[in-house]
Amino acid sequence: MKYTLSVLVENQPGLLSKVVALFSRRGFNIDSLAVGVTEDSSISRITIVVDGDDHTVEQVEKQLNKLVQVIKVRTLQPGTYISRELSLIKVTCHAKDRGDIMRIAELMGARIIDVTKNCLTLEFSDTDERTETLLDLLRPFGFKEIVRAGAIAIEKGDKSTSIARK
Amino acid sequence: MATGAEIMVKCLEKEGVSLLFGYPGAAICPLYDCLLPSTVEHVLVRQEQNAAHMASGYARSNGKVGVCVATSGPGATNLITGIGTAYMDSIPMVIITGQVNSWLLGRDVFQEADITGACESFTKHSYLVKDAKDLPRVFKEAFHIASTGRPGPVLIDVPTDIQLQEVGEWEYPEKAEIRGYKPRTQGHALQIKKALAAIKEAKRPIICCGGGVVLANAREEMTAFAKKSGIPVCATMMGIGVTPMDSDYYMGMIGMYGRTSANKAMQQADLVILCGARVGDRAINVPQQIAEQAHIIHIDIDPAEIGKNMPVDIPIVGDIRQVLTALTEGVEDTVPVQWKRQVLDYKLQYPPRGVEREDFVEPRLFIRDLSTMMEDKAILTADVGQNQIWAARNFNVKEGRFLTSGGLGTMGYAVPAAIGAKLAKPHRQVVAVCGDGSFQMCMCELGTLVETGADIKIIVMQNGTLGMVREVQGNRYGHRYIGTSLVPGSPDIVKLAESYGIPAAEAHSNAEARTFAKEMLEHAGPYLLVCKVDPDTPSI
Repeated sequence: MKYTLSVLVENQPGLLSKVVALFSRRGFNIDSLAVGVTEDSSISRITIVVDGDDHTVEQVEKQLNKLVQVIKVRTLQPGTYISRELSLIKVTCHAKDRGDIMRIAELMGARIIDVTKNCLTLEFSDTDERTETLLDLLRPFGFKEIVRAGAIAIEKGDKSTSIARK
Repeated sequence: MATGAEIMVKCLEKEGVSLLFGYPGAAICPLYDCLLPSTVEHVLVRQEQNAAHMASGYARSNGKVGVCVATSGPGATNLITGIGTAYMDSIPMVIITGQVNSWLLGRDVFQEADITGACESFTKHSYLVKDAKDLPRVFKEAFHIASTGRPGPVLIDVPTDIQLQEVGEWEYPEKAEIRGYKPRTQGHALQIKKALAAIKEAKRPIICCGGGVVLANAREEMTAFAKKSGIPVCATMMGIGVTPMDSDYYMGMIGMYGRTSANKAMQQADLVILCGARVGDRAINVPQQIAEQAHIIHIDIDPAEIGKNMPVDIPIVGDIRQVLTALTEGVEDTVPVQWKRQVLDYKLQYPPRGVEREDFVEPRLFIRDLSTMMEDKAILTADVGQNQIWAARNFNVKEGRFLTSGGLGTMGYAVPAAIGAKLAKPHRQVVAVCGDGSFQMCMCELGTLVETGADIKIIVMQNGTLGMVREVQGNRYGHRYIGTSLVPGSPDIVKLAESYGIPAAEAHSNAEARTFAKEMLEHAGPYLLVCKVDPDTPSI
């Protein structure tokens, strides 16, 4: 099963390597990882999607908490958060297929951000599941390149994963 | 105005550091220069790894943070095994390394090594200092992190130019404020209540102590808890000495090389109270098996240890001293007499092995003899290999300490750790037990021994072989011995010691060993005793 963890860390150089080293050393599998600064510029958020069972996730959470620069770790509960992943997809596109691809893009809500004689580049931001659907639909045309950013997630409603302000 | 190096030395003084173990080099010269006028004394080791082991022996003996220093590049990389050894045994230590000038970082210049990167997975935390203004905060945090919660080594890497950087006003912070680091010490009241209820219901309870109990200095609390609750106690190798070992309720060391009595008791138990033990495979080979038939209470200051290697019914996160005190308050002796009798029977049924020999020194018997001759508060350090098992199983820790590399299993630990221990506790008797393999890994430190004048006694169990590996080759690889003979090439260790001006003797029988041991313990100053051991003597 896949779990999404929201991890608040000190915004300092070298921290990411500690997190990644921890995953490889303890034998945890990272599905995706995304880093960015938060509303407080001294804090970054790492969103990690982990593949494993309850026990693994509990260990991941505890081991992350042991890192001195990790401020807070939260395993987001299924159904309580919204997750998005940004993808840039370059599809092979001959003139005869252009209409088809554009229709798929429109249907799925993807934006066309670049066009050449032989290819189309799409920008898509949605859940992992819908991204897979889009990729399935485009696959028959052939991919030149796929760039996926890794999932980021935020809790629904008023809840938030942040540290208490003084 | 002060330079970075001056600040570093002042920080060490503020932390009450009186002794540094180290080895200089160009990149750490500014710091060394500032040590001259300071109150911090320096012990020159003969190889950097041993600086870490000495700091470890020092820290373990007096509960303070041990500090060691090396230069950049090879100085730093030589420290790695020592840092790893300290990490695995949770020893509070601060390691300071010099680094190439900060503007050269990442260019693979002379004696550059990414030591913070290399030590990532076995330091509790590390710093690469890029501005001398950060040094006071970094030092305060490093000592705080190393010594609180679950202790561990913290590395501070300081480029030469940062050591030379001039800083205007600075002051040493009173407290370390780290928002991501708040170790929990108080055990949860509800969990303690649950634990007491489980103890009350148990028919065959047992306490299993790990190194955490020793580190927390919870010996008294453990003894009080064991006595009041009537629950038998066993220990992992790191937990040896948690309670007087000759007491009735103490079962001995568990594990692969443990006492049969202790292992039997563990297997029969219906409640296991794990105290500060990380359930390593050497101590508990198949944790699931024990967890299936027994309820598990696991007390540890590190939440990540709980449930890591063994399923747990009642986890208690907190300082073992506080938790044990709380448990002792609420506990009553409800242990069935039958169980108490049964574990005592195990002890009698499986007595220690090894009988008097005239052709060789029987090491297991000799350690027991030595044990009776040593002072109650003595510190024994053991190396790694058969000698470690002989010492662990047969040495009787009364009020003293047993120091060994339990986690990483680092050969060459005993002599430097003993030097560190002696410098920490000059009035305690300190004896190091080595094999001839492990001794040869650190024999350069005889130089440090002479220079410091540390009055330690070294016992080398010489069997001309890497005994433990040879034993494995015998038992599991059909006696196909390879790479385990130290002969030819074995030095005359007595002559070697004498060349350093250290008196030494060689014993060929248990009778001789006893005589020389007496002479050794009575001698003022370092002494080395070689015991000739039959290479076929088993570990257990």
